[in-house]
Amino acid sequence: MITQFIKSREALLLLAIAIVIALVSTRFPDFAAPANAANIFNDTSILIMLALGQMVVILTRCIDLSVASNLALSGMVVALINSIVPGLPVPILLIIAISLGMIMGACNGILVWKLDIPPIVVTLGTLTIFRGIIFLISNGEWINAHEMSASFKAFPRFELLGLPVLSWMAVLTVIVFAIIVIRTPLGRAFYAVGGNPHAAVYTGIDVGFTRFMAFVIAGGVSGLCGYLWVSRYAVAYVDIAGGFELEVIAACVIGGISIAGGIGSVGGAVLGALFLGIIKNALPVINISPFWQLAISGSAIIIAVAVNARSESKKGRVILKKAEQTT
Amino acid sequence: MSEMVARNIPDRLTSRAQRVLKSWETLLLAIAILVFITNSFASPYFLNAWNLSDATFNFTEKAMIAFAMAMLIISGEIDLSVAAIIALASTAMGFVMELGFGTPVLVLTGLTVGIICGAFNGVLVTRLGLPSIVVTIGTMSLFRGISYIVLGDKAYTGYPTDFAFFGQGYVWWVFSFELVLFAVLAIIYAVLLHKTNFGRTVYAIGNNPVGAQFSGVRTARVKFVLFLLTGLMSGVAAVCLTSRLGSTRPSIAFGWELEIVTMVVLGGVNILGGAGTIPGVVLAAIIMGMVTFGFGLLNVPGIVMSIFIGLLLIGAIALPRVFAMVKRGRG
Amino acid sequence: MLVNTKQPETSGTQSDADTQSGLGRAVLSLSGISKEFPGVKALNNVSLNLYAGQVTALIGENGAGKSTIVKILTGIYQPNGGTISVNGAEINFPNAHAASAAGVTAIHQETVLFDDLTVAENIFIGHAPRGRFGLIDTVRMRADAEALLTRVGADISPTARLRDLGIANKHLVAISRALSIDAQVVVMDEPTAALSHKEIGELYALVERLKAEGKAILFISHKFDEVFRIADRYTVFRDGEMAGEGIMQDVKEDDLIQMMVGRTVDQIFPKIDVELGETVLTVAGYSHPTEFEDIGFSLKKGEILGFYGLVGAGRSEFMQSLFGITKPSKGAMRIDGEIAIVRSPAEAIEKGLVYVPEDRGKQGAVIGLPIFQNITLPSLDKTSRKGFLQLAEEFKLAREYTERLDLRAAALDQDIGNLSGGNQQKVVIAKWLATQPRVIILDEPTKGIDIGSKAAVHEFMGELASNGLAVIMVSSELPEILGMADRVIVMREGRLAGEFDRDTMSAEALVRAAAGIGEVAA
Repeated sequence: MITQFIKSREALLLLAIAIVIALVSTRFPDFAAPANAANIFNDTSILIMLALGQMVVILTRCIDLSVASNLALSGMVVALINSIVPGLPVPILLIIAISLGMIMGACNGILVWKLDIPPIVVTLGTLTIFRGIIFLISNGEWINAHEMSASFKAFPRFELLGLPVLSWMAVLTVIVFAIIVIRTPLGRAFYAVGGNPHAAVYTGIDVGFTRFMAFVIAGGVSGLCGYLWVSRYAVAYVDIAGGFELEVIAACVIGGISIAGGIGSVGGAVLGALFLGIIKNALPVINISPFWQLAISGSAIIIAVAVNARSESKKGRVILKKAEQTT
Repeated sequence: MSEMVARNIPDRLTSRAQRVLKSWETLLLAIAILVFITNSFASPYFLNAWNLSDATFNFTEKAMIAFAMAMLIISGEIDLSVAAIIALASTAMGFVMELGFGTPVLVLTGLTVGIICGAFNGVLVTRLGLPSIVVTIGTMSLFRGISYIVLGDKAYTGYPTDFAFFGQGYVWWVFSFELVLFAVLAIIYAVLLHKTNFGRTVYAIGNNPVGAQFSGVRTARVKFVLFLLTGLMSGVAAVCLTSRLGSTRPSIAFGWELEIVTMVVLGGVNILGGAGTIPGVVLAAIIMGMVTFGFGLLNVPGIVMSIFIGLLLIGAIALPRVFAMVKRGRG
Repeated sequence: MLVNTKQPETSGTQSDADTQSGLGRAVLSLSGISKEFPGVKALNNVSLNLYAGQVTALIGENGAGKSTIVKILTGIYQPNGGTISVNGAEINFPNAHAASAAGVTAIHQETVLFDDLTVAENIFIGHAPRGRFGLIDTVRMRADAEALLTRVGADISPTARLRDLGIANKHLVAISRALSIDAQVVVMDEPTAALSHKEIGELYALVERLKAEGKAILFISHKFDEVFRIADRYTVFRDGEMAGEGIMQDVKEDDLIQMMVGRTVDQIFPKIDVELGETVLTVAGYSHPTEFEDIGFSLKKGEILGFYGLVGAGRSEFMQSLFGITKPSKGAMRIDGEIAIVRSPAEAIEKGLVYVPEDRGKQGAVIGLPIFQNITLPSLDKTSRKGFLQLAEEFKLAREYTERLDLRAAALDQDIGNLSGGNQQKVVIAKWLATQPRVIILDEPTKGIDIGSKAAVHEFMGELASNGLAVIMVSSELPEILGMADRVIVMREGRLAGEFDRDTMSAEALVRAAAGIGEVAA
């Protein structure tokens, strides 16, 4: 078990993160101090959650480019509701946000499932459609902090056992995803569908429905993050989280989730997101311009995918018995 | 039933006219005409040579890249880093401008950077066998990231006046340099894809890469060339766009990759590879440009028109499938 | 052309068998099953009965419809006609789930499992034990998996990733999976194809145990020794139709072959005697780290050289390295006496060596391209001018070769994917002939194609040889090898296992060499 872990992707990432933290700590000793670490985690929470949602989609050999638009639309809707009915309690807004996200995910899923349209095309389309709808419902105007109720803004910041609710949300999402992925038949079906769709049919798994469910789950997470994003930054407008979908996919790829489907873990996705989050927070600390961040995450993606490919590369068919023994 | 016909197999079952009539391009042409007519009724300013000429700037630069992208997608690969290549090429041009070089060197720099970026993608995909969608998401961040490192929140301005020709100049009357370049490139790419051996192998690879390799097609080489071409066209677009804007910011052409892919798919190119035409892409570019322009004249914001494009993209693929399903349900 | 000499009266044997053994009703019974695909009738009115505690062998050539019936049994395909009944009650299998719910489980030819799941998960995917809140009970799943693995005698950890297992162990996992479903019927689709001798012995023991537990077993195999060793009953399919069924005790090997092939060898194969010319191809010491070792031979003009062996003996892998797909680690090839270095198919084609692959859909035909474009793909340099296509030239070339092969198609611009397997194969062969090769390698050239096309391909193969082409034919079908080849090389486990000429080749000698039984003759 231990040797297996040492060779695993998660261990490699943990090592990379440790090296980054160690390097930064030489310049700025408090970087890894609990308070700062908690800050970084809180800052990365939304990325972690979205990466988990994206992970289940990628596991089934699909991709969801619409997550950031979904987030922005869900966020705008709850912000609008809040500005019109300030008295509505936050749990109801959470339910609305999650449901809305799931509906949008279901739109993607149904097009992939029933019409068999390639996921990249579907979500490329819904990416622009969702974004456009935000403009229609908001008239292109911003919803600013003063239009939001106090409880609306306070929720993600509320501290519980030393951590803000936003962080707890991420922790909760990680736990829920770990259970879904490891302990439910649907979770295992994600792996089966992505790893070998042909064989999945033989074992009685409905490939299309499984993909549909992955999109619904990813949509639900985006909806939740929509509320959290808008309330955390206390502003909602058309372009929030623009281009964030690529950062989410980057976190997944760095976390060892194979774009070809069937390979990946909750731990990997979380570490991939944390890696990006730590880099982002480390740059200003060590006086490197934050403008380096994009290039660094780009390089990380390329290195990660090259490493993935190497570990996934298929061994040739072993016919010679002698050769079989030596390997 | 077709199996029963023996000997004297005809070359084709359908005439050229029948094939043209049933094609996706004909449908696109009809849509384009419809958009044109709607626009001319909707706004009195639409039917004006100079206004129309202005409208072409909406799509010319993207379409240049879309031609190469179409071939790349037909071969079964994709390049999402094209907009980032524009940013990097534009930044490089700004950099050499600051060093005091003139227009010829600027253009050469833009094109060279484009080719180098394309080669980088090509090597990663064809030599290391990595999936192009992930590789180019990575290089997309890397290329634009380098622009950010060089420029930060600053911008390059003050390009030489003769450099402005590429994005602002007119060859004759209302025909801008960009429009002429667009037309010339459209013809070149149409010939390359539809009339040459190279184009044929692109289709073969897209339909069945293994089968193509087993038929003696040098698949890796063909794909590498396609990445080079896509990089080069991004360099060309960078020259035009930088010249038109007269400045370089690292956020230049942000989000273009998705618009270009949309243009290609709308043009009838199968995102899974194997099918598509250049005339289709040309028509899709014109439709997208005219819709943008038309909505602009009606003071409809660009973001709303993106809903239209998104629906068009999904609808274009979904509707034929829905009809087929309904048909099957009845029959 | 078909000569049906001895057609056992199916109904008679069956009822006799029932009364003799006192088995009563079949656990699972298929009757009058038909299945059609566009252009092909895969099964026509076939029946199959499986009895508790008995092994029924399903025998037939490639393309006889064995895998189709397995897919119907497991709910992957739905038949166009006929009935399925379990314990006498008629039932439908609309999907894989329904079949396994009815107690039918299958161990497939290619292990259809998931590399990135653990062994326990592979065994239980789709029916994992549930614990609290309906979640998967991983502890129980592991324990159950452990028990199943012990039962099949596998020393595998339930928590190991499937990816890390060898092919034989993967197979044992597949068998455990089959056992994990409390099945009445176990289908084994060529279960020994990838196993070593020792493992095959263990598998036989397992089959005996399953029999003792009262399972009805369908055992699909090519290997007659195997069938005679473990089967109680047999059913033979030929070209998608019933060719016989009965009890193993009442039948001899020759009878089974007769039923399976349904014709005598001489009548069907139009072997032409050709004067052999000078040596065209010499291969020496070809080796690959994992696939084959020290393969050498030479080939003359006008000769048809057969390569025989069991499925997975490394023949295709070796041929593909000659064609430049994989790189040999050692060895040399000479064409017309000159060293030929082939690093890609393109270079092989330049040197006049071409390869008709076994996997027609994936490697042979470029489905999605029209027929004429498939044919001209390797010859574009000839049909074009300065790199520009000339469609008229392409149609001319395509017409010439499709007519020579008697292709049946509606038009030359039709998608090759719309043709039947046999006609696709004709296009693939036409594609290579258009390059005017010196050596043509045909890998299982008649696998999965209809009988008419088969005859056409064989006839054409003879014609090619008589025109001076050097032909290599890889085939797992004995009648084809015996009927067509001038000389046969047998491969076993990646190595040469014997060479036979027309005087020494016999079905028995080839089978012995291929399976490694006894002394190799010649």
